[in-house]
Amino acid sequence: MKLDAKIPSGPLAQKWDRHRFEMKLINPANKRKFDVIVVGTGLAGASAAATLAELGYNVKAFCYQDSPRRAHSIAAQGGINAAKNYQNDGDSIYRLFYDTIKGGDFRAREANVYRLAQVSVNIIDQCVAQGVPFAREYGGLLANRSFGGAQVSRTFYARGQTGQQLLLGAYQALCRQIGLGTVKMFPRAEMLDLVLVNGHAKGIVARDLVTGEISAHAADAVVLATGGYGNVFYLSTNAKGCNVTATWRAYKRGAAFANPCYTQIHPTCIPVSGDHQSKLTLMSESLRNDGRVWVPKKKADNRPPGQIPEEDRDYYLERKYPSFGNLAPRDISSRAAKEVCDEGRGVGPGGRGVYLDFADAIGRIGEGAVRERYGNLFDMYEKITGENAYQRPMRIYPAVHYTMGGLWVDYNMMSTVPGLFVLGEANFSDHGANRLGASALMQGLADGYFVLPYTIGHYFASEKQPKARPDQPEFKKVIAEMETLTKKLLAVNGRRTVNSFHKELGGWLWEKCGMARNESGLKELLQKIPALREEFWKNVKVSGENGELNQNLEHAGRVADFLEFAELLVLDALERRESCGGHFRTEFQTEDGEAKRDDEHFAYVAAWEYAGAGRPPVLNKEPLDYEEVHMSTRSYK
Amino acid sequence: MNHAPRNLFCSSVGKKYLMAGTGAAMVLFVIGHMAGNLQMFLGPEAINRYGHFLQSNVELLWPVRLSLLAIISVHIWSAAKLTQENRAARPSAYEQWQPTAASYASRTMLMSGIIVGIFIVYHLLHYTVMVKAVNFAGTDFHSLTDPEHRHDIYRMVVIGFQQPLVSLFYIVGVGLLCLHLSHGMSAMFQSLGWKNRACGPCLDRAARWGAVVIFLGYVSIPISILLRLIQ
Amino acid sequence: MNLTLKVWRQKDARSQGRLETYQAANVLADMSFLEMLDVVNEELIAKGGEPIAFDSDCREGICGTCSMMINGIAHGGLRGTTVCQLHMRHFHDGDTIVIEPWRARAFPVIKDLVTDRGAFDRIIQAGGFVSVNTGGTPDANALPVGKTEADRAMDAAACIGCGACVAACKNASAMLFVSAKVSHLASLPQGRAERERRVLNMVRVMDESGFGNCTVTGSCEAVCPKEISLDFIAQMNREYGQAILKNSGPRQSKGGD
Repeated sequence: MKLDAKIPSGPLAQKWDRHRFEMKLINPANKRKFDVIVVGTGLAGASAAATLAELGYNVKAFCYQDSPRRAHSIAAQGGINAAKNYQNDGDSIYRLFYDTIKGGDFRAREANVYRLAQVSVNIIDQCVAQGVPFAREYGGLLANRSFGGAQVSRTFYARGQTGQQLLLGAYQALCRQIGLGTVKMFPRAEMLDLVLVNGHAKGIVARDLVTGEISAHAADAVVLATGGYGNVFYLSTNAKGCNVTATWRAYKRGAAFANPCYTQIHPTCIPVSGDHQSKLTLMSESLRNDGRVWVPKKKADNRPPGQIPEEDRDYYLERKYPSFGNLAPRDISSRAAKEVCDEGRGVGPGGRGVYLDFADAIGRIGEGAVRERYGNLFDMYEKITGENAYQRPMRIYPAVHYTMGGLWVDYNMMSTVPGLFVLGEANFSDHGANRLGASALMQGLADGYFVLPYTIGHYFASEKQPKARPDQPEFKKVIAEMETLTKKLLAVNGRRTVNSFHKELGGWLWEKCGMARNESGLKELLQKIPALREEFWKNVKVSGENGELNQNLEHAGRVADFLEFAELLVLDALERRESCGGHFRTEFQTEDGEAKRDDEHFAYVAAWEYAGAGRPPVLNKEPLDYEEVHMSTRSYK
Repeated sequence: MNHAPRNLFCSSVGKKYLMAGTGAAMVLFVIGHMAGNLQMFLGPEAINRYGHFLQSNVELLWPVRLSLLAIISVHIWSAAKLTQENRAARPSAYEQWQPTAASYASRTMLMSGIIVGIFIVYHLLHYTVMVKAVNFAGTDFHSLTDPEHRHDIYRMVVIGFQQPLVSLFYIVGVGLLCLHLSHGMSAMFQSLGWKNRACGPCLDRAARWGAVVIFLGYVSIPISILLRLIQ
Repeated sequence: MNLTLKVWRQKDARSQGRLETYQAANVLADMSFLEMLDVVNEELIAKGGEPIAFDSDCREGICGTCSMMINGIAHGGLRGTTVCQLHMRHFHDGDTIVIEPWRARAFPVIKDLVTDRGAFDRIIQAGGFVSVNTGGTPDANALPVGKTEADRAMDAAACIGCGACVAACKNASAMLFVSAKVSHLASLPQGRAERERRVLNMVRVMDESGFGNCTVTGSCEAVCPKEISLDFIAQMNREYGQAILKNSGPRQSKGGD
């Protein structure tokens, strides 16, 4: 497989402008002759679907939820970054670009990241025009705050609901197009597979989740905006329905999967309370602006937090990283929490938790001011744990939150399958090995509003492919395959529930391929996962039938794909013999326990190519050449 | 493009305007009627003169009566339409149902409205049409005249309310009317869009207290008669 | 704790449904309501039964997917809380819990506790947006918006579209949902250009969808997980009246413009 990132020539700052000029255009009157399928209606999918329809393309949009408004982008609380420099604090496109590259531990593609920083400013303009109610100052101008590891205030926010409000903006734009008849919306529909005709992505096969009907949909291009694969860990902050199926099936049809081992662990989640736990809840990282993280100095110190005197507390983030302190980047603070818990100093049930203490902040600015800033988060914490965080410190623990890896795309957001575009969290492109806070929303909207609408036209104008029809043999074949697969799942009729497989797989991954990984653990997983997969197909019990709403069957299909995908994730983690960002190999660390990158050998994107069932995947490498920045060691000391 | 509905009053919001508008007009009537009635406490001369004044101005009396009839018809028509739509909006009922926050008055607007309607019919037959059979006193109210040959409203009311069952029905009817008003007088501001966070709670309180005042104003008469304070 | 559940089971939209009784044993106080149902479902599947179908996704109270009546109250009665955030510590050992789907003509039951809330999407499609295309928008700070207005818009925009307002209303009215979107956009200068057209079209589709009317009982506000205020209904009624009065535009567009 040849990986051509198609990065335009010229100076970094002019690449996107130049590329936009060089790309071919489609005559406005001809746009309606092209059909585009968009799968997923989160920030990336909804913004892409709406924008493509505005331009004149015919769009079919699919989502598994009952409404496009419910995609998991809604859950983002903190905010969205943009290099507006409204606060006059030294921000610029270049600084946002540099912060993102550095935050990604120099494992992202320079040109993509620069473009992301460039269009970030347009995103805010667009969202404001759509009526997104961003927070404002009394003077009527937009308010900003600093967020997760940034030293400038460039984060725009809408109370604790930034993701929800941005998604509603995109959803409303999408609804407008649905109303105009330019987008046909398929809610409660799950993409089961990608269909290629003559090597080009020409459609999908989807299952109507209400009737169980499996049908083909043809188009001139397919856009996947199906989010990340965090649920492979079973417990994550993802929504219950988030899954890897769409991207995994695309991988099996020829799209390279890049950097699956880059998984972000978010430091401020509510700890697991028991075996029944179905998902984890994140609390905005902004809490770390005023909260102080600590654990008892002594092991198994079971005193209530209020009775542990100052001298017996270890404010380990402040101790280890004096300049960033409690605001140290996500991966660093997550790992630090794991370390202290591994030492036996964790708090709460099972000892997997650390304190996030607001006593100082309450003393300094008063309970009222703390309530003003974080009231909704404190309420949420109380709802879930039954504890009042104004009176006793919160307990937090890291949880899987975001996956930087995804389908490999070139500068045009196109995967290695021509005509298959991948946006948002589903692709690998912008965050390298670690994503900065408030950058996911930015990337999803950048891809959907401002990148894909240009690049997809270039694809249509350059590739004259015949129109596909859903009654072609290629589609019929995939439909038949999917029907067989569904029947097979229902026919096993074994003794273990789908959930038990998912939970077991997730537990293993979290233990051995979570915040810290090592060769022996990963090799062990490579033994165990295929065995579990084999057991799944022999012993799973899926209830009900196909021709109805069958949530158990949906879950079974997703878990079947997770069981395959997990192996690739582990393999990638094993092959990347360095530590960087969200990938921490215990063998590769500095003397004081920091991640040790190996730029000489691993400054590349690992793009895995499917080689057929039962054959090991092929590793393709896209070297990361930095023209503008110098790789440096990330230091937050 | 004209986006307005073909008929404003076919829309849900439009029908609520009708309910609120007609309701407001009737509230004004209820208050005026109460002020007139309270002249009972000034003695026969005042109330009989007032009655004679109203009845002798046919040009005024009938337009008012017909307007009231029209208003009440519209109120009932929109209530019927709204109820029909509301019933259709939930074809299968919940097996278990707990009203949340909704006041008793707000949940029973239809029933209180219907009973008040029946009460009004009786009230008209009793004192306006003066059907002898419904006053249970055996007196023909038509035959009551005062020394100035005016219709003796004072004696009619005293005789009418000396029947405890009639008074009781009257008190219940007015009570339900006021229950209806305690919700309706604030909800009409909401339906017309004249309510907000600042004035909302005040309006709610005003509606409740207003309903109490109206109730007391009306029932003071039968109670005074039963207690022989007016004879 | 041990609980008795009475759950509405309905095979599909056309079938008759009924309440079925299940026992939930060893329920822990730290479980969320949905996790309790997960455990019941796992047992049902293991025994060869059919699990209870219910909608949920984010399970952190923001996506608006989860939707059920618990003991006759939408979302279970904890103020400002969706079912997924309702925890079992609010129940007691030996309780009997009745669980039903949202009931409204506009929200037909798909299966068990799952309903079709597509009517909400159709209402938004009728006008719940600002008609701007991507690109070409002015600088975000070009038009200052007072903090009070922005906050009010945010209060309204906080709606998650779960449908509890409809479920709790004795008339199955969608006024709170519709008014939240109307008020959100009418409170911001960006949304004012098409405020009349928006409210008229959204109300029209709301009526056509078969929702009931507002009796101002306030149940919707009380069960709303985002505590959207009844105020917005008044604002929408006001907007509607103004739109009717102002709507004197040309009856047909002339074309060629």
